[in-house]
Amino acid sequence: MTAPLAAPLPVPRLALKGITKRYPGCLANDGVDLAVMPGECHALLGENGAGKSTLVKIVYGVLQADVGEILWEGEPVRIDSPAAARKLGIGMVFQHFSLFESMTVTENVALGTGDPSPLPELGARIAEVSQRYGLALDPDRRISDLSVGERQRVEIVRCLLQDPKLLIMDEPTSVLTPQEAESLFETLRRLVAEGRSILYISHKLAEIRVLCEAATVLRGGRLAGRCDPREETAASLARLMIGADFAPPVREAQEIDRSGAARLAVERLSLAPLVPFATPLSDISFSVRAGEIFGIAGVAGNGQAELLGTLSGETLVAVPDAVKIDGEAVGHMGPRRRRERGMGFVPEERLGRGAVPDMSLADNALLSAHRTPGMLKRGLIRFSRTRAFAEKVISTFHVATSGPQAAARSLSGGNLQKFIVGREILQNPRLLIVAQPTWGVDAGAAASIHRDLITLAEGGAAVLVVSQDLDELFAICDRIAVMCHGRLSEAQAVRATDVEQIGMLMGGVFHLNEGEG
Amino acid sequence: MNEAEIATLAAILAAMVRAATPLVFAALGELVTERAGVLNLGIEGMMLMGAVAAFGTAHAGAGYAAAMAMGAGAGVGMSLLFAFLALGLRANQVACGLALSIFGVGLSAFVGKSLVGTPIEALPALPIPLLSEIPVIGRALFSQDILVYASVLAVPAISWFLFKTRAGLILRAIGENHDAAHDIGYSVLKVRTLAIMFGGAMAGLAGAYLSLAYTPMWVENMSSGRGWIALALVVFATWVPVRALLGAYLFGGVTILQLHAQNWGIPVSSQILAMLPYLATIVVLVLISRDETKIKLNAPACLGKVFHSGR
Repeated sequence: MTAPLAAPLPVPRLALKGITKRYPGCLANDGVDLAVMPGECHALLGENGAGKSTLVKIVYGVLQADVGEILWEGEPVRIDSPAAARKLGIGMVFQHFSLFESMTVTENVALGTGDPSPLPELGARIAEVSQRYGLALDPDRRISDLSVGERQRVEIVRCLLQDPKLLIMDEPTSVLTPQEAESLFETLRRLVAEGRSILYISHKLAEIRVLCEAATVLRGGRLAGRCDPREETAASLARLMIGADFAPPVREAQEIDRSGAARLAVERLSLAPLVPFATPLSDISFSVRAGEIFGIAGVAGNGQAELLGTLSGETLVAVPDAVKIDGEAVGHMGPRRRRERGMGFVPEERLGRGAVPDMSLADNALLSAHRTPGMLKRGLIRFSRTRAFAEKVISTFHVATSGPQAAARSLSGGNLQKFIVGREILQNPRLLIVAQPTWGVDAGAAASIHRDLITLAEGGAAVLVVSQDLDELFAICDRIAVMCHGRLSEAQAVRATDVEQIGMLMGGVFHLNEGEG
Repeated sequence: MNEAEIATLAAILAAMVRAATPLVFAALGELVTERAGVLNLGIEGMMLMGAVAAFGTAHAGAGYAAAMAMGAGAGVGMSLLFAFLALGLRANQVACGLALSIFGVGLSAFVGKSLVGTPIEALPALPIPLLSEIPVIGRALFSQDILVYASVLAVPAISWFLFKTRAGLILRAIGENHDAAHDIGYSVLKVRTLAIMFGGAMAGLAGAYLSLAYTPMWVENMSSGRGWIALALVVFATWVPVRALLGAYLFGGVTILQLHAQNWGIPVSSQILAMLPYLATIVVLVLISRDETKIKLNAPACLGKVFHSGR
C-alpha cells in the first residue's frame, strides 16, 4: 500500500468483529467489536481481568480467537503469529517487557525485529530513531543496567524501527514515574501526528482523558461501551468500566487518642547501607497511634525499602529501642516475633515476597496466618481450616479467582493484592504496615482496598501506608510524612497541608525548613 | 634440561591434552545446551552410549569415520529421549537428566557385553607438517589425532556461533527469557531441541574419543565420571566456550600430574592423589561462585526452567 500514512482513510485501520476467546473455566472475550482509525489514539479500558490483554494478544498473533474476524485496512486477515502481525504493520509494547537482561540494546532490538542487518548498522539506526522521537538510548548498554523507563524506550524503539501503522501499548505507564510518563506522552503524540494509530490499554483514567480521542470499554470480557474520553469525566469512565456507581472512600476527620504509648514508635532510627547502592537511613522518628492511618510519601528509592525492612523485622537494627510496638522495644526481633505482637505486613512485591507464585492461595494464606488459632494441630496443618480461611479472604474481599486451590501466579495483580491485604486484615492485626497498596491495581480494586484499610483503622488498629501515590495518601491518611534521601520530614496533618506542599517535600526541600526552624 | 627430560615433558603435555579432550567435547556440548536454557545432566549416559557405539562400529571394521558418526549419533539418540521427556512432556529436567545418566550406564554395559576385552587399533595420529617439528609443543599439540584438533577448533566455532550469528543470538535469548522469546515469536521448543541434540552429539564424540583413541577398548562405565566433570566445567567456564577449554586442560593437567606423582614416589597415598582432579574442581567451583556478578552476567536466566506456552 503506497498511500501516505497521514491520508485519512474512511476504513478503520484495524477492525475486530465478534471476537470470542474461551479459556478453560472462563470466557475472556465474548463477541468484542473494536475499530481503530488511522492517526487515532484509541484507548482500550477495563478493570483487571476484563479481557483487555487477551484481546490485544489476539491482535498481535500471540493468541488465536475461537470465533470472530479481524479486518486490516478493510481486508479480512489471519494473524497466526507475532511475525505475521509485524508484517502487517502492527507493533506491540508489552506490559511485562519482552527484554533479555544480559544482552545489549542492539541485540534486543535485533531479536525483536527479525532484522537481518549486521548489528553495528542496526545500532546506528537505533540511535537515529531514538533521536527523532526523543527517546534517549545508548545502543551498546546492557538491559540490566537500564532504568524501567529506559527499558520501555527499548521496546518502543524496537517497534518503531519496523515502521508500524498500529502500535499497541499495554499499560505503559504502570511502571513509570510521572516525569517519565509525561515524556512518553510526548512521543506518542508525535507518532499520532505522523498518522500512526495507537491502541492504548490502561485503567488510569486521567491519562486517557488527556491522550486519547476514542475509547472502547470492556467489562467482564464483553463490550461495555464506546465513548470520546475527552468528553467524559473520570467518574463517568469509571462507571462504564465498573458497571456501577463509583464512590471512592472518604476518610472522616478523626479524633486520635494521643495519650500513652504509640502502637508503633520509631525513634532516631539510623541504618548504614547493607548492600551497595542502598540508601542509608538517618535519624528517622515518627509514631503511629491506634486508630490512625499514617502515610509515608516519597519518590521510590529514597529509603522506603530500607525503612520497611527495619519495620517488618527483615532487617534488625542495632538499637532495639529504635523501633517500638506498644512501648516494647522490638528492633532486635525478627518478623515472627513482631507478628506475635500483633503486626501485619504487606510488602510491595506481591509475587515473591507477598505471596509464593507457584503455591496455592490456601498455602499462601497459611504462610502468614499460621498463628491464627485452629490452623495447626500439634504442628500439623489442618487443611480444611486453611482452605476455609482462604475462602473467607476470597469472599470477604471479593477476590476474583477460581478458588483457594488457584496458584497465586494465576491471579491478576489487583486480585492478588486484595487477597494479600485481606489475608493480613483477617488476622486482626493491631498494627498493619502496607507498602504501595494499590500499585498497578485498577480503580475498583483500589477503592475496595482503601475502604478495607479505613475500616481496619476504625476498628482501632494503627495503619502505616508507604506509597508514591499522593492522591491515595490524601484520600485515606490522617497524617503524612515524606521520605527523601533516607530522611523523614515532620509529619503533617492531612487537613493542614496540600499536594503542593508535600510535593515540595518530596523534592527534598524540608532540609531547608529544618535549617530555618 | 637434557634430551630425556624434554621428551618426558613433551609426553606429559601430550597426555594432558589427550586427557582433556573428552571433557572439551562434552563441556562445549553442554554449554550450548545450557545457553538455550536446558540443563541436561545426562552427559555421562550419552558419553557411554557414544563410546560403545563408536567402539562397536570400529570393531566391526567399518572405519573410524563411521565409528565417530555412530558415536555422535548414539549421543543424539539419547539426547532426543531427554528432549522428549523434558520438552515434550515437560518433565523435570534434573530428574530426566539423572535418569538418562543411569540409563546410559546400564544400556551401554548391556550393549557392549560382547565387546569387553577386544582391543582395536587406536585412532591414528595426524602430525601437522612443520608445526609438529617444534620442540616439546610440536609433539604435545600438533602430533595428535583428528578428534583432538576438532575439539580445539570447536571452541572458536562455537564462540562465533553464539556471539556473532543471529541464530546464536536467538539461542541465547531463549535461554535468557523463554517467555519473552515466545512472545516475540521464536519457537522455544524447536531451538531447545536442536541445542539438546547438539549437546548429545558432542557428548557422543567425547565418548567416541575415549573408546577409539584415549584407551582404544570398551570397558563398562569407562567414562568414570567425566560427564559430571564436564557439567561442572560449564559452570567453571561461566558459560563462555574458551574458558571451558581452559578448564578442561586444567583438569586434564591435574589428572596427568597426579598419575606422574604416583610414579615419582611422592609420599602421599595414591588414593588421595587420585582425588586431586575432583578436589580441584570443587575448589574452583567454590571460587567461581563467590563472584556473583560474573555468574549473573553469563548464566542463562531460564536454565532448567520448564517452559509453558499458552497464557
